Amino acid sequence: MSEAPAPRRAGLWLWVPLAVFAGFFVLVMTGLLAPADREVASAMIGKPLPQFDLRPAVPGRPGVSTAQLADGKPRLLNVFASWCIPCIAEAPQLEALARQGVEIDGIAIRDRTQDVERFLDANGNPYQRIGADDLSQVQMSIGSSGVPETFVIDGKGIIRHQHIGDIRAEDVPKLIEKLREAGQ
Amino acid sequence: MIAEIGLACLWMAGALALLQLVTGALALTSKGVGLAGIVRPVAVAQGLLCGLAFVCLIALFLRTDLSVKLIATNSHSLKPFIYKLAGTWGNHEGSMLLWVTVMALAGAFIALVERRLRNDTMLATLAGQAFVSIGFYAFLLLSSNPFERLAVPPPEGNGLNPLLQDIGLAFHPPTLYLGYVGLSIAFSFAIGALVTSDVGPAFARAMRPWVLGAWLFLTIGITAGSYWAYYELGWGGWWFWDPVENASLMPWLAATALIHSSSVLATRNALRAWTVMLAVVAFSMSMIGTFLVRSGILTSVHAFAVDPERGSFILALLAIYIGGALVLFAIRARTITEGARFALTSRESALVVNNVMLSAILGIVLLGTLYPLLTEAFGEKVSVGPPYFDPVGAIFFIPMLLVMAVGPLLHWRNDRLGRITGKIAIPALLIGAVLLGLALFAPSLFTPSFKLLPFIGMGLAVGLAVASVMPLIGRNLRRTPLPTWGMVVAHLGIAVSLFGVATDSAFATEKLVASRIGESHTVGPWSITLKNVEPVAGPNWTSLEATMAASYDGGTATTIHPQARNYTSPPTVTSESALLTRWNGQLYAVLGEEADDGRWQLRLWWKPFVPMIWYGGLLIGLGGLLSLIGRVARDMKRSRAEEKIADRRERQGR
Repeated sequence: MSEAPAPRRAGLWLWVPLAVFAGFFVLVMTGLLAPADREVASAMIGKPLPQFDLRPAVPGRPGVSTAQLADGKPRLLNVFASWCIPCIAEAPQLEALARQGVEIDGIAIRDRTQDVERFLDANGNPYQRIGADDLSQVQMSIGSSGVPETFVIDGKGIIRHQHIGDIRAEDVPKLIEKLREAGQ
Repeated sequence: MIAEIGLACLWMAGALALLQLVTGALALTSKGVGLAGIVRPVAVAQGLLCGLAFVCLIALFLRTDLSVKLIATNSHSLKPFIYKLAGTWGNHEGSMLLWVTVMALAGAFIALVERRLRNDTMLATLAGQAFVSIGFYAFLLLSSNPFERLAVPPPEGNGLNPLLQDIGLAFHPPTLYLGYVGLSIAFSFAIGALVTSDVGPAFARAMRPWVLGAWLFLTIGITAGSYWAYYELGWGGWWFWDPVENASLMPWLAATALIHSSSVLATRNALRAWTVMLAVVAFSMSMIGTFLVRSGILTSVHAFAVDPERGSFILALLAIYIGGALVLFAIRARTITEGARFALTSRESALVVNNVMLSAILGIVLLGTLYPLLTEAFGEKVSVGPPYFDPVGAIFFIPMLLVMAVGPLLHWRNDRLGRITGKIAIPALLIGAVLLGLALFAPSLFTPSFKLLPFIGMGLAVGLAVASVMPLIGRNLRRTPLPTWGMVVAHLGIAVSLFGVATDSAFATEKLVASRIGESHTVGPWSITLKNVEPVAGPNWTSLEATMAASYDGGTATTIHPQARNYTSPPTVTSESALLTRWNGQLYAVLGEEADDGRWQLRLWWKPFVPMIWYGGLLIGLGGLLSLIGRVARDMKRSRAEEKIADRRERQGR
């Protein structure tokens, strides 16, 4: 603390702060390059969808209900909103999935008809059905806390997988794999 | 056009920073001495250009120019004027531009006025300053361009996060930034002093106002941020040991230590290497804090602009600056000769204890903040909170407070404890009396579990408040220098804050009820009746507003209005708590959701003396301000006197 007790020994001590910083650097480098999986698995995975029946969000596409979702075929259920920016970012990936023959249903959260229409015009419409969830009630009941989120639903209407956040290009193979598993 | 002018200014400022670094460094060599003359003007020009770039961004936000990407994603034409203005820095790019602007303007300012340092130290300081700036210019221009245009402007902007649409928060981040950047100046001074091995009182005096100013802004920023979290988030808490809060606390701790050690260096020419080290650490903590917040590497309620690319960029800057400075320190520190010696019982020793304790607390906070990251690397998730920070911090905080009561009474260099026994006895007896009184008359402190820390805290706070004014006893108050007043006020502020913290954690009462209209509830000494709940509308929100009648101890009722607010763009729900402040505490009411049976969820708190936490924070800031004014005034007087003497010599010489 008070200055350098003996010059020779002090020399080594002076490098200690640098060593501490190097430790910090390595630690955050690992944290940045290999981010730990922080997502808490939804308690709803493996459980059947709760009962709901949502009105159509846009004219020309039917609404979404539990009964229709359990029609024997696995599908994606995408929670989105016209006011959500990451939803625009994931639109091309949804389009690509739809082109590969994946059935996708959407739930529009706290939205207005004309806004959803504008959103679909601008970003494409991969959805077979779109239900309007004006008070986020269905969203909450299936264990989703934000937009966008995407669920893999199997043919019996059981939630098999939950993807939180926008679907990036690198997430597409995993979703297809989960759909395949759900179909078995 | 404005965006293009802004971008051009920013590029030119970046180029000038490079010129400032190169000329500043060359001027230190024997061949480049001729370049010394242009370093100061370059620094001034760099400051002006960067300032102009920032003005351009403000203009764009005020006009809501939606062809600029940053404005389209962060602003909205219907936003009130003040939030359009605050929107300039309420986002990643704008806040980085604010950062570099303040840094450039501060550099220009020292280039203009600082004349006390040796010429070569000054050149090295300005070069160091430019070196730090260049990284931030590169970050802005290459990775976070605030002036980027959109090919197709959207019809309307995206809005600003409604939580941020609060007057307190509009000015909270820039306040902290001023603090961080002030520490960057201290860092540059330290680099300059290390390069030329010129660490002495002149260095401490030149650096001190910047540290004081930075510390002042950090204090105000933390106090305001804590109050904002308290009333806006509706959790009734005022500090959560959240990574972002810790990120602002760590530079504050380092700066507090630096203020104290630089006063030893300025007055007694001791603690030389240590002061330089602290100057490096203080700015490092600002950068590490910014990194932890911006990279999203730690989960936090505040997380924004989470982006691995940005994270890597800031991390690279960290490695260059902090790593570089520490290497420079390791190489050069041994050329810094030993400072003046002092006895064990002396003001220097008390300040050393203060420094060691503050550094230990800093280490504890840093460790606690990074610990989740460390365990994650080994595949385990943990969350570190008050059960760690409170007791472990207290181990060092309590001894530090005791020394803080005694230290200011001691003489420099060498003293006897016996000389000041009288002055210590009064606060010591008071602590004993308060603890005894609490033990006898406050049974709630001991059941169901003994609240040890609040118990000690209340006693210490009272004793400390008295001890902090002791240095004024026996002095002529009118002739007492401002920095001494500053110290007294700041130490008093610590005692006041501590009192608020301790009483709140000891005696706060909370009630969570589902209430029908017309029902009454008691919380602490208050009786609260829910009168009705009605919708109201604001400029960009709609809200449910409750009307409640609150009466204290059977007195006349006061009406309060907590709200649950729905913002439209983007859609977000916030709770506006209602606060009722009395001299002895605060009533805190939050309106929750409506249950199916028509009852409303209410959260009610009675928090004795809780506002003292923030009054104390303001007192601490006021102490810093008094000290700063005192120092700057004295510096100005001295430099005027020196000019006069030089003038006279010149005339006599003729």
